[in-house]
Amino acid sequence: MPRQNIELRIRRQDSPTGPSRWEEFVLPWQPSMNVISCLMEIRKNPVTKQGQKTTPVHWESSCLEEVCGACTMLVNGKPRQSCTALVDNMPDGPITLEPLTKFPVVRDLQVDRKPMFEALKIVKAWVPIDGTYDLGPGPKLSQSEQETSYAFSRCMTCGCCMEVCPQYNTRSDFIGPAPLGQVRLFNAHPTGRMNAHERLDAIMGRGGIVDCGNAQNCVEACPKEIPLTEALGELGKQTTVYWLKNLLNK
Amino acid sequence: MAAPRIAIVGGGLAGLMAAIKVAEAGVAVDLFSIVPVKRSHSVCAQGGINGAVNVKGENDSPEIHFYDTCRGGDFLANQPPAKGMCYAAPGIIYLFDRMGVTFNRTAEGLLDFRRFGGTLHHRTAFAGATTGQQLLYALDEQVRRHEAAGLVTKYEGWEFVGVVKDDAGRCVGLTALDLRTMKAKAFKADAVMLATGGPGLLFGQSTNSLINSGSAAAAAYMDGAHYGNGEFIQIHPTAIPGADKLRLMSESARGEGGRVWVPRRQGDNRPPRQIPEAERFYFLEEKYPKYRNLVPRDVASREIHNVCVNLGLGVDGKMCVYLDLTHIPRATLKKKLEGILEIYEKFTGDDPCDEPMKIFPAVHYSMGGLWVDYERTADGFVDLGSPKNHMSNIPGLYAIGEAEYQYHGANRLGANSLLSCVYAGQIGGPAAVLYAQNQAKAGTETPSSVYDAAEAKWTARFAELARRDGPENPYKIHEELGRTMLENVTIVRENKKLEQTNAKIQELTERWKKASVLDNGQWANAPLSFLNQLENMLHLSRVVTLGALARDESRGAHYKPDFPDRDDEKWLKTTVAEFAPEGPKFRYDPVDVSLCKPVARKYD
Repeated sequence: MPRQNIELRIRRQDSPTGPSRWEEFVLPWQPSMNVISCLMEIRKNPVTKQGQKTTPVHWESSCLEEVCGACTMLVNGKPRQSCTALVDNMPDGPITLEPLTKFPVVRDLQVDRKPMFEALKIVKAWVPIDGTYDLGPGPKLSQSEQETSYAFSRCMTCGCCMEVCPQYNTRSDFIGPAPLGQVRLFNAHPTGRMNAHERLDAIMGRGGIVDCGNAQNCVEACPKEIPLTEALGELGKQTTVYWLKNLLNK
Repeated sequence: MAAPRIAIVGGGLAGLMAAIKVAEAGVAVDLFSIVPVKRSHSVCAQGGINGAVNVKGENDSPEIHFYDTCRGGDFLANQPPAKGMCYAAPGIIYLFDRMGVTFNRTAEGLLDFRRFGGTLHHRTAFAGATTGQQLLYALDEQVRRHEAAGLVTKYEGWEFVGVVKDDAGRCVGLTALDLRTMKAKAFKADAVMLATGGPGLLFGQSTNSLINSGSAAAAAYMDGAHYGNGEFIQIHPTAIPGADKLRLMSESARGEGGRVWVPRRQGDNRPPRQIPEAERFYFLEEKYPKYRNLVPRDVASREIHNVCVNLGLGVDGKMCVYLDLTHIPRATLKKKLEGILEIYEKFTGDDPCDEPMKIFPAVHYSMGGLWVDYERTADGFVDLGSPKNHMSNIPGLYAIGEAEYQYHGANRLGANSLLSCVYAGQIGGPAAVLYAQNQAKAGTETPSSVYDAAEAKWTARFAELARRDGPENPYKIHEELGRTMLENVTIVRENKKLEQTNAKIQELTERWKKASVLDNGQWANAPLSFLNQLENMLHLSRVVTLGALARDESRGAHYKPDFPDRDDEKWLKTTVAEFAPEGPKFRYDPVDVSLCKPVARKYD
């Protein structure tokens, strides 16, 4: 039986440096509710459970169908996209919403994931094409190569894997699992492979692949089931071979 | 003369493609976006991108693609741009292939193609059912490369609020709002390109992302840019409902063999798999034996409306039909449609490999948008050496992607949107560069007083909005706007209801004046930005509604039961709306149909 009311506990923070506080809300149940529709209801009537007037909760979202990655937050303590967090699938009791903890808070539930985008620059996550002129088709790919790569190309830079990675935090330089998955993707592409060494150089130093503690939380947390631990294993091999080659060439 | 700078607003496929083209020309780009560009709405496109590569031995060609596009759009599009786009399409697909897009492959390792609506050819390249996401990521990666090299500067988390014009009326920059500090700032540019997407939010819930308010295009319209064919709004036949938005179930489901049906008997509420074949009404296949489930979207949505509303055969008595994939092997579905199967299962709890999907029509795309120009060659293509391409009526202001009106006429064919976005970026970017290089006096050399005035105007505007504390809630006003637009300005349009809608929008505009900002904070204040957007949305809603009211015919997505036929004599015309405070003024321009003669549009 669906519940009559939805209770939410939301961690709020007015600014990046301000203190955080909890606010509670109660909403009438409606069909097909998800966390986003709850937040939308709150902004139509921003009053807490205690009857206190407040401001609408601030959050980030866009596509609402789990392809943009924007609405990632901690829902009942777990990092996930809040658009697919359906109220009817949640355990009884209040639903807790908090911002991701590995990124600086902008306001309330929005965090700044800029470091993830910067990491994509560091590892050169692109195929260095000559230009966008009409130069005919790209290289042929087998169906199985396509399928393997497709899994990695679905990474939406949402940050779930970074959130659960024990090595990714303010005290460490570890670049995190998501950008490493992209190195795996581009080093497998027939054109991308030509510059594989540049990406390997980028992940062989401080904060690179050796900082992975092999906790394997990342692969569990990924909403797109990207085989991140396989990527880490594969990159381990690639960097070792590359290191040996460099050594022998000295 | 200083080195030119081009400002691009919006980081979806069109904006990013334009950014790459401008950067390749060695010209600096300032790229503005309300979200990190990788989260733009293009990620929602699922099924694929069209291009007549002809890998299936079907004698497909860009000319047939062009014909299908004109006919699909009920002949309302100016034909040279559509022709240019279709001929460029195979090259565009190859370009993405070179960028590393993980397109599905044939056994030989070539690009695979599937069927889509409004054509009989396998013309749609695809990457699972997340093609838009994959294409956007490819461009995002290339832009990041240019960003790392210093040619592209990103302003993510900035919202375009208005055009900056010089004394001569040229666009010489823009004003944008920093969505964190909530401060308005004017930026210099030699040309400004709006790639700000569609206006799905006018209808409350749609398949569009929450960022697709149409507010930026509306702001340009209110600054004097003309708006073309606003009344043409595509209703996608297959989406699933949600409390926050409607989620698309790609046309590719039908492209891969999905079948649409309802029980033949009214009120038959047996579980779908228990209804025998003979008692199922495959209404699209029966009425359109040639195109079957792959008729264009406007046709399919009208048929669903007819079956559910007029015949009363909707599933559960609602505006709902089955989209059935259960006869297709699970492995095939997983390879070709995984992304959408996942979405369906996550949101409904049912596995579409086992259970027919329950789907509904939903607002999806705007064929209309900011009016833009083009230069025609003698043989009917677009002259790529002209700065006029994609320029609005305001010199120096360009529009590309769903924000403009140019390619799709009265109805867009599936998988032509990704194509039109990329093509517009490809030709619009260089046009803006040409324009910037050919100005006797650079836009960026405009006196700083012009920018100071723009900044002061917007600072005052937001200060005034930030003090609003009236009794109305802006999000509730938006909800009402969506409800009335959805009810009256979608699949079936009646003049009386359109008049009522126009009155309702005006009432909401009055109430908007009494809306509260809800939040007096000066940091990351989303309601403040929304309050400004909402006024723009109200103005744009009138363009859509009054354009529909005036057009007494039926063409493509615009259908009036009281005027059921297409009327080429009177209405083979582009609707052009010009802003006035009391409401839009319309003019009607002839359409260039010199390349493909309008014929009756039949899919049976």
